[in-house]
Amino acid sequence: MLKVLSAVAVVLLLGASAYGAFFIAPNEATMGIVQRIFYLHAPCGMTALAAFLLCFVGNLGFLFQRKAKWDWLAVSSAEVGLAFCTVVLLTGPIWAKPAWGVYWAWDARLTSTLVLWLLYVSYLILRTMVEDADRRALISAFYGMFIFLDVPLVYGSIWWWRTQHPQPVVFSSGGLNPVMRKIFDLSWLSLTALMILLIRQRYELEAARGEAQTLAQEVETA
Amino acid sequence: MKNLGSVLTAYMIGWGVFFVYFVTVAQRTSALRKEVERLKASLTRGK
Repeated sequence: MLKVLSAVAVVLLLGASAYGAFFIAPNEATMGIVQRIFYLHAPCGMTALAAFLLCFVGNLGFLFQRKAKWDWLAVSSAEVGLAFCTVVLLTGPIWAKPAWGVYWAWDARLTSTLVLWLLYVSYLILRTMVEDADRRALISAFYGMFIFLDVPLVYGSIWWWRTQHPQPVVFSSGGLNPVMRKIFDLSWLSLTALMILLIRQRYELEAARGEAQTLAQEVETA
Repeated sequence: MKNLGSVLTAYMIGWGVFFVYFVTVAQRTSALRKEVERLKASLTRGK
């Protein structure tokens, strides 16, 4: 019952943020209506980074405690983070074409985000290549911690290098109109709630897989 | 209303990705739970 209620709450939050983005947010002066993609694109990027941070925590937890639940958290967060990162990479070009005149530019922010996406795809592929659960968790924990190095690179790329990607407006003072700011915060909240819902769902899948493997071994030895 | 199509496409793609992912995970979880029940039943029969 709690699961259904939380899913309904997430859907309502997403609906409210979309309503705000489409009907309440004012038109941005230079880009016009297309700037409304910002309310999906930017919070998705921030949520993806948060999910990858959770994956890092899971990997670190496994290395310290060697408990399967940390590995389940890591893989769940990696997969959900990848879903959010996919949305960022798909919505970015749709916004870029009318705003910049091109779908893609090989600048630091875009390239490091694409590399991040590829790294987490490789993390998930690596997991399918190791049969033994403990060995898989250990190898992927080390690899997961290594690939997390790209996350601060993605975050800092717009300050460290000259990029076509706009400078951050979210954490800078006076960067956003107050109405835009409220709608952005609502979108960020709703997408974070969606991330938590998806990670919990994916974690249950991994826990069921672990139980199925244990039972299968018991059936074999019985 | 110029570029409204781009905004709608971006939101449809975004929600589509999340919806498809949610349904896929739910289906995989449901299949695994059935497998767990089947294994539990076969263990009970074995005892």
